[in-house]
Amino acid sequence: MNWLISLITPVGLASGAFIMVVAMTLLGALIAVAARNIFHNVLGLALCLIGVAGLFLYLNSPFVALMEILIYVGAICIAICFAIMLSAPMYLPLPPRHPLKILGALAGAGLVFAFLALLTKKTTWAAASVRSDDWSITTIGHYLLTDYVLIFEVISLLLVVAMLGAVVTARGGRGSS
Amino acid sequence: MDNLVRILGTDLGRMLAGLIGVIALVSVNALFLIWMERKVAAHMQLRPGPMEVGWHGAIQTIADALKLMGKELITPAEVDRSVYLLAPIVVFLPVLLSFLVIPFSQTLVIRDMNVGVLLILAFAALTVLAILMAGWASNNKYAVFGSIRSVAQNVAYEIPLLITVMSPILMVGSYRLTDIVAAQEKFWFIVSQPLAFILYITCATAETNRAPFDLPEAESELVAGFHTEYSGMRFGLFFLAEYTNMFIVAALATIFFLGGWRGPVLPGWVWFLLKVYAIIFLIMWFRWTFPRVRFDQLITFAWKILIPLAFANLLLTALVMKLM
Repeated sequence: MNWLISLITPVGLASGAFIMVVAMTLLGALIAVAARNIFHNVLGLALCLIGVAGLFLYLNSPFVALMEILIYVGAICIAICFAIMLSAPMYLPLPPRHPLKILGALAGAGLVFAFLALLTKKTTWAAASVRSDDWSITTIGHYLLTDYVLIFEVISLLLVVAMLGAVVTARGGRGSS
Repeated sequence: MDNLVRILGTDLGRMLAGLIGVIALVSVNALFLIWMERKVAAHMQLRPGPMEVGWHGAIQTIADALKLMGKELITPAEVDRSVYLLAPIVVFLPVLLSFLVIPFSQTLVIRDMNVGVLLILAFAALTVLAILMAGWASNNKYAVFGSIRSVAQNVAYEIPLLITVMSPILMVGSYRLTDIVAAQEKFWFIVSQPLAFILYITCATAETNRAPFDLPEAESELVAGFHTEYSGMRFGLFFLAEYTNMFIVAALATIFFLGGWRGPVLPGWVWFLLKVYAIIFLIMWFRWTFPRVRFDQLITFAWKILIPLAFANLLLTALVMKLM
C-alpha cells in the first residue's frame, strides 16, 4: 500500500512520466525504422516526436514542447503523409531488405550517436536555475532575436533548400520522367 | 492516508475533478448539440424535427446514443487492424486535452497555462493525423478520398487560422486565455477586430469540416468519408469528437472576440455557455444557407483570399499598435 502511495507523490509521478515519455520516444523510433508498412513508419515517427515533446515538457519548457507538436507532428508528419500518397502502391511486393544498406545506415546513425554522446559528455552543463530563473515565452523570444539570431536565420536557409529541391523535382511535370 | 488527502487537495486533485467534469460536459454537450442541430435544421426547413421522445424530442439523442452503444462493433476483414483500432482513440485525445486551458469563468479553469492558445492549436494537429489514420487503415477508397480531402483542407485552413488569432494575441501580448479575456474589459475584440472575427469563423467552420466546407464527408459522393468503415461506438467516438471540436472552436471565438465570461447580472459561466452556443447556432445556420463549395474553390479560397487577408489584418494590427 505504501509503495502505491509513494507512486503518487510528486517525485513518483515525475519519474513515472519520465519513463513513459522515454518509452514512447524509443518505441516510436523503433517503429519508424523497423516497420515495413510505410504508413506505420510515419505514425511511429509521430509517436517518437510526441515523446520528445513530452521530454521538453518534463524539462519545464511547455512552449518548446507545444511547438514541437505543432511543427513536427502537425506539419512535417502530415507533409510526409502527402509524400506517401505519391509513392508506390502498397499492394505491390516490397523489395527485400539489403543487408549492406542496413549496415551503412547503422554505421551512419552510430557515428551521429557517438558524436552527440561525446558532445554531451564534454560539455560542462550549467543548471538552468544558475543561468536564468525565467524561461517564459518572452525570454525565448528575446534569445531568438538577440543571441541566437544568426542561427535562427541560417536554419531558415534549410527551408529554402527544401523548396528549391521541391521545385527541381516537380519541374519535369507529369509523364516526362 | 494523510498523504492521499493532501495530494487530492492539490493540483492533481484539481486535474482529476476537471477530467471528470470535462468528460461529463463532452457527453452532455454532444447530446445537446445533436438535438440542437436537428431542431435548427428542421425549423429552417419549416419542419418540426424530432417530436416524439420527450418534450419536443429532447431525449431523442439519448435514445439514439443507447442504440449506438448496443450495436455490434464490426471490423472489416482487410483493414490495417492496429491503426484502425487506434484512430478513434487518437481523434478523441486532443479534444479532451483542449479543455485543460479553456476558462469557463474567472476561476473555472483546470489549468491556466501561459501557452493556452498554443496548446489547443498544437493538439488540433493530432485530429488531422487521426483522420488520416482512420481513412488509410479502413482500406476503402471512399474513406481514403475523404481523409485526403480532409487533410488538404485542414492544412490549408490552419494557416489563416493561426495568423488570424495572432492579431488579438498581439493586442494582448499573452498566449494565456484568461489574459485575453481580461484585456476585453472596455470592449470586446469583435469591435476592434471585425475582419479577424469573420476570418476566424470561416476557418473554424472549415477546420471542423462543417458545411459549406464539408467535402471530407460529402454524403452524395463519399458515403460518409473517413469514417465509412466504422460502426457502433467507434463511429460514436468520431461523432463525439466532431461535436466537441465545434464546442472548442466556438469557445475560442468567445474568448478571443466576444469577451469570454464577461456579461452583466448572470454568473460568468452562464454567459460563456450562452455565447458559445450562439456561435454554434451561427455555424449551424451556415449549413442551411450556403451550398457546398467545390474542391478547387475551397483550396483557392484559403490560399488566395483568406491567407492574404489574415496577413493584411496582422500587419495592420501591428502598425496601429506601433502608432498608438
